Amino acid sequence: MSWLAVWACAVGLLAQKVAGAFVPRAWVSGERVRGVLTLLPVAMFGALTLTQVLGGTDGVVVDLRLVGLGTAAVALLLRAPFLLVVVLAAASTAGVRLLAAG
Amino acid sequence: MVSSSADVSTPDAVRTARRDGVGLGLLGVYGVSFGAVAVAAGLSPLQAVVLSAVGFTGGSQFAFAAVAAGGGAPVTGLASAWLLGVRNTLYAVRLSDLLPRRVPARIIASALVIDETTAMALRHEPYGRQAARAAFWTTGIGLFATWNATTVLGAFGVQALGDPAVLGLDAAAPAAFLALLWPYLRQGRTAVVAGSAAVVSLVAAFVAPAGIPVLAGGAVALVGLSRRVRG
Repeated sequence: MSWLAVWACAVGLLAQKVAGAFVPRAWVSGERVRGVLTLLPVAMFGALTLTQVLGGTDGVVVDLRLVGLGTAAVALLLRAPFLLVVVLAAASTAGVRLLAAG
Repeated sequence: MVSSSADVSTPDAVRTARRDGVGLGLLGVYGVSFGAVAVAAGLSPLQAVVLSAVGFTGGSQFAFAAVAAGGGAPVTGLASAWLLGVRNTLYAVRLSDLLPRRVPARIIASALVIDETTAMALRHEPYGRQAARAAFWTTGIGLFATWNATTVLGAFGVQALGDPAVLGLDAAAPAAFLALLWPYLRQGRTAVVAGSAAVVSLVAAFVAPAGIPVLAGGAVALVGLSRRVRG
């Protein structure tokens, strides 16, 4: 891989973040824009939760990550603290994988 | 619900935010996979390290390496990585009030704006901006440190940490995102927005290149808003 492509990738990714942080306040202070900005993360994390559980390198893959998400949902219903939710999701996925492999 | 939060948080809220951030920061050990995948794809170890240190966007970095591994043109890899990175721009706009005002510090902070730090900042924002900032910085610094340290290990062929999937760590990030969403899933309108966005992204995942599904899901926010304006 050429160094030009590597630097372009890395600096481009950094520039995307910095650009967002320096968007003039006036552009995003309208009531409608603020409304979108409040809902945007809710929509994007809804999308992200599912695509990270079912996303593969090529399209959609159903695997044992779903067990982790299910466990997380149950833990959240039982009002478990945040870190416990995350640990239980990882542990249940790892556990079922171990069982499936053995 | 979150945009009108106070500046000051209780010491308890800040402590919880820090603890959650430090915990989530450990997820950066996934860098060992990136290092190994990148080198297998034909990047030099140093190139993998530069991507993690400067680019610092896991999904984009994996996409870039995947295109290289498949023998694709560098331009395709760049397009794919940047497409996935577009959401960081939107996150940075949303987090604007939480980021430092002085320019050097603001640039450093924006380098840490990714899915996980945004999720953690927004999760703690209802408890005040102080808590949100504590969550953002602890998550960001923790992830940056572990992601880069383990990228070096993976790139130079150290397999001692093994495959993070064995530990179920690939299920940890989605669980964290679900936890962030949880309070919103208990309110009718935001639950509909999150649910519709998830469905839209899943449909998009079948037909569109990586990066598009989450943005397509984000577009649901626009529909959600226009419905509110009408109703």
